[in-house]
Amino acid sequence: MAVLELTNISKHFGAIQAVNDVSLSIEPGQVVGLMGDNGAGKSTLVKMIAGNFRPSHGTMQMDGKDLILHKPVEARQHGIEIVHQDLALCNNLTAAANVYLGRELRRGVGPFRILDYASMYKRAGQIFAELKSETRPRDLVKQMSGGQRQAVAIARTMLSQAKIVLMDEPTAAISVRQVAEVLNLIRHLRDQGIAVVLISHRMPDVFTVADRVIVMRRGRKVADKTIASSSPEEVTGLITGAIEQV
Amino acid sequence: MAVTLDQTIAQKQHTLLSKLFASQTFWVVIAVILACLFLSFATDAFATQKNLYNITRNITFVAIIALGMTFVIITGGIDLSVGSVLCLSSMVLAVTMHAGYSIEIGILASIATALAIGAFNGILIAYLGFPPFVVTLGMLSIARSLAMVASNNTVVFQFGPDHNKLLALGGGAWVFGIANPVLYMILLALITGFILRWTKFGRHIFAIGGNEHAATLTGVPVRQIKVAVYMISALSAGIAGIIQTGWLGAVTTNLGTGMELQVIAATVIGGANLAGGVGTAFGAIVGAALIEVIRNSLGLLGINAFWQGVFIGGAILLAVLFDRIRNFRRND
Repeated sequence: MAVLELTNISKHFGAIQAVNDVSLSIEPGQVVGLMGDNGAGKSTLVKMIAGNFRPSHGTMQMDGKDLILHKPVEARQHGIEIVHQDLALCNNLTAAANVYLGRELRRGVGPFRILDYASMYKRAGQIFAELKSETRPRDLVKQMSGGQRQAVAIARTMLSQAKIVLMDEPTAAISVRQVAEVLNLIRHLRDQGIAVVLISHRMPDVFTVADRVIVMRRGRKVADKTIASSSPEEVTGLITGAIEQV
Repeated sequence: MAVTLDQTIAQKQHTLLSKLFASQTFWVVIAVILACLFLSFATDAFATQKNLYNITRNITFVAIIALGMTFVIITGGIDLSVGSVLCLSSMVLAVTMHAGYSIEIGILASIATALAIGAFNGILIAYLGFPPFVVTLGMLSIARSLAMVASNNTVVFQFGPDHNKLLALGGGAWVFGIANPVLYMILLALITGFILRWTKFGRHIFAIGGNEHAATLTGVPVRQIKVAVYMISALSAGIAGIIQTGWLGAVTTNLGTGMELQVIAATVIGGANLAGGVGTAFGAIVGAALIEVIRNSLGLLGINAFWQGVFIGGAILLAVLFDRIRNFRRND
């Protein structure tokens, strides 16, 4: 069964039709590349799944149940995690503190509860180990490389039982070696049965790691096919409009 | 390969010693100790019980507000209104007690006034997006003016039936001959340190100062916390005002004039960063201590008091200079 199913989703801002009648479904453990030019509607689509916007029309279902989101926090409660393009990290805090930001572990009774540093360091360390990242929980984020910073942002999504992780341009601003690191992180998520939506401009990344590619143009879904049955040339054509639809 | 990776991960990056040497607060402590040692040998008057009593007590008023200011500065904000809030709180206390109410009611009214002002500042800043500098600059003017209105710009020195209780609260020395204000300061510093290090609220304050946008995205209640920090800052000014009233035994409408700058100076000298994200309770106290030791020593060494500003300003620049040098080295 699909973990997330969108049916005839549209979103308009006044007269501007940002997303137009898009339907798609995402299976557990699947990496879906979401591609399209600037203004194609990718971000708007993702923001609806993330709870930032409410769709104007259409329905979203998660595990077969209707999904109505008013706030980003509700998306998180449903197991939808987002890795933001700017990663949303605090440089002055440690890796563990960033992983747990907004959902810190505490110990104690009633109102007398203090931060549980030991547990947070331990669990964060375990997650980094699972991700095969050499990030250390006690290090400050400002001292980290781009790849390590990605690992911190991705580790956040593994705290709770995430079902689907939306990644917004995770490879846009990092070095080639770090890109490989990030693609590995994505594979680890997939191996744990988590569905990953990878929003990217970078053709090689999508074709390396994704199982499926969805292409959007001018608010419409113009292609939704397996990586094996597509090619970078075809996707480029679809993005630019040289190929109308497949 | 896996072993080496685990080893690297297990290795702590900073030893305790290297962390200590890298901290600005540490060097300010050294400076305070050296200055005290020097003054003990250079003058007869410094290491007397009376002088030390005076110094420690004088530190407290700036230090207590600096503790509150530390919260604001960590979030990347600033509160210029603290000197005026101190004056207004003192005046509310004085006027209430002068009118014949008990000390409890006086303190309650005073604290409530401070919290209301802090909430007003915070709401304008957090919910309406006003710049902190402008809001608190406005409040600097408003609060002092209100103090003048409340007292009709007179000096209040009679505090009704609980007059003596108030003087004992601020002027006494109940434990081991340590001035009461010093005890309050230590208590408040411990509370501040605890909040910053061990509570979710403290963690979120640092997060807001580090990256406000990230804090918002990860579900930190940024606005509520911002209102809270300005309330804490005003509260600390209110508490300092109450204690100072008890110590001075009189309130004038120029109480706390220019104090905001001393408080900010103490916070910055102690290692807080005006850009946000960095600051400690201990640093605020140490910064206040350095300023007071400088002031005191100039008097004892017979240097004209007009030079005070130069030395305190110099200490601020020097403290920030150390910070810059460390950053340069890190960037290399």
